[in-house]
Amino acid sequence: MFTYCSDPSVLEGLAWLSCYLTTGTHLLFYASFGIVLLLLAITAPIALLFGYGGAMASRSRVAPLRWLGRIYTSMVRGVPDIVFFLFVPIALDQGLEWLRHQALCDGDAPVRQGNDFVVCAAAKLPLSTSPEWVHDVYAMTLAVIAFSVVFGAFAANVLYGAMQAVPRAQLETAEAYGMTPRQVTRRILVPQMWTYALPGLSNLWMILIKATPLLFLLGIEDIVYWARELGGAKTSSFAYPHPDWRLYYFLAVLAFYLLMTWISERVLDRLVARLSSGQATLAGEAQRKAGAL
Amino acid sequence: MSCAQTVVDYGLRSLGLGERLLPRSDFTLCQQVTLIGSGLIWNLYFAFFALLFGFFLATGLALAKTSLNPWLRKSANGFIFLFRGSPLFIQFFLAYEALVLLPRAGIEIFGMTLGTGWLTKAWAGALIVLTLNTAAYSAQIFHGALMAVPKGDIEAAEAYGMTGWTKFRRILWPTMLRLAWPSYTNEAIFLFHATTLVFFSGFPAFQQRGDSLYYASYFAGQTFNPFVAYPIVAGYFILCTLALIGLFGVVNRRLNRHLPGAVQRIRYRPQMIR
Repeated sequence: MFTYCSDPSVLEGLAWLSCYLTTGTHLLFYASFGIVLLLLAITAPIALLFGYGGAMASRSRVAPLRWLGRIYTSMVRGVPDIVFFLFVPIALDQGLEWLRHQALCDGDAPVRQGNDFVVCAAAKLPLSTSPEWVHDVYAMTLAVIAFSVVFGAFAANVLYGAMQAVPRAQLETAEAYGMTPRQVTRRILVPQMWTYALPGLSNLWMILIKATPLLFLLGIEDIVYWARELGGAKTSSFAYPHPDWRLYYFLAVLAFYLLMTWISERVLDRLVARLSSGQATLAGEAQRKAGAL
Repeated sequence: MSCAQTVVDYGLRSLGLGERLLPRSDFTLCQQVTLIGSGLIWNLYFAFFALLFGFFLATGLALAKTSLNPWLRKSANGFIFLFRGSPLFIQFFLAYEALVLLPRAGIEIFGMTLGTGWLTKAWAGALIVLTLNTAAYSAQIFHGALMAVPKGDIEAAEAYGMTGWTKFRRILWPTMLRLAWPSYTNEAIFLFHATTLVFFSGFPAFQQRGDSLYYASYFAGQTFNPFVAYPIVAGYFILCTLALIGLFGVVNRRLNRHLPGAVQRIRYRPQMIR
């Protein structure tokens, strides 16, 4: 990074530290914080979409669709989320490869041979000839889908509860005006449900933030991976030898998460205040009274 | 090999008893069910003791949070923020790295040598982390409940001449528990689910003695087939969660027994209140 970093062995003190903290691998470590934020930014809207779909399905009049929605929303209740994080990516990967195997491969060799999962070279995902970044993007996509499925189920729970909480009279009035079910949903139900859904959703956001280190388990080179990699003891054959510093790296990661939580809390508090103003709820009433004083 | 033989061989494998080597090929359904069930012992162990110790610590923390002494209040708030604001996964890593740094030979206290090696083992180290974690979450729940104790109850207790410890033991604490119990049930379930993280974080599984998810991922890794082992874990956890809800429901009914009609069925809403 800096010009004086060309020979690290002669450096001392702060100069050494400034060179050490700007090595190529450290820059990757800093970039991996971006990966976490990217995951949050992509997952949150998709999970919300899944949740909306799940909640609407659980309210559906078509029985099979309703059962599907109910199963989806209740699947996270009894089973630890980490089981889904381990299961969904592998299951999805094998499912896609199996489909491609059926379509692209000739010969009907079974996919499962003993303890191996074998598909022909043309059906591999991603293809073994594809460049490195395709593999990375593919792994990240699977991770995003796994997160979205799990958090979509949580969000479906929240949104279903919020939809139930919208006063029944509001919907009936809309129906009395001759609105179709679709119009009732779009004009009355969805605009009103947010104030009921917000506490649950903000809680969910906090849980999502705290679930991001599990990316490490999915084989993504995220902050936990780099903290372990960089913190491990480096012998003198490395340019920057140091003893086991993993504790300090994890402290830095911890500080990052505490900061994220702290900022989120501030932002969400404001959002709650914003959304409950003018609402006929306890919070809205309290705001009105405080303003009147 | 019959299934009964498999159960004898692997039923207590997670504790290091029975067959030493894990099955390496020709995995049967019986082996998977047995080994994963054997791993469940660890999940139950962590959940039980973390909840037991965490419960008392949480009561103390909730009281400290209401204390008039600013130092006590601030340190309780800091503790709760630290453990609620950071991922449990990172807490495990951090605790392991910190505990490994303790001197191997032990610490000298009053002429006695205190061994430290056991702290880096999962049974102690991970239990400490889980206890502190659940204590922080439960303290937040208990504090909320403590703030919601009806004013009239406290005034009535004071009118009867109750003060300090008596007032707390007879009025405040039972009412706090009664109000907090539905949320506390959620927390207990969440903690039970969180025990699956132990062997995936810093803590190594000594001699392949792991929890149920550890064995499930072992099988899934060996057979390249996630469709058998993970549903088995899921089944075990659903059963245990239902049992936990039943158990906490019994306590809930006992806490509310003086209030006719006050017992509501606890609806488990996953992690919403956390």
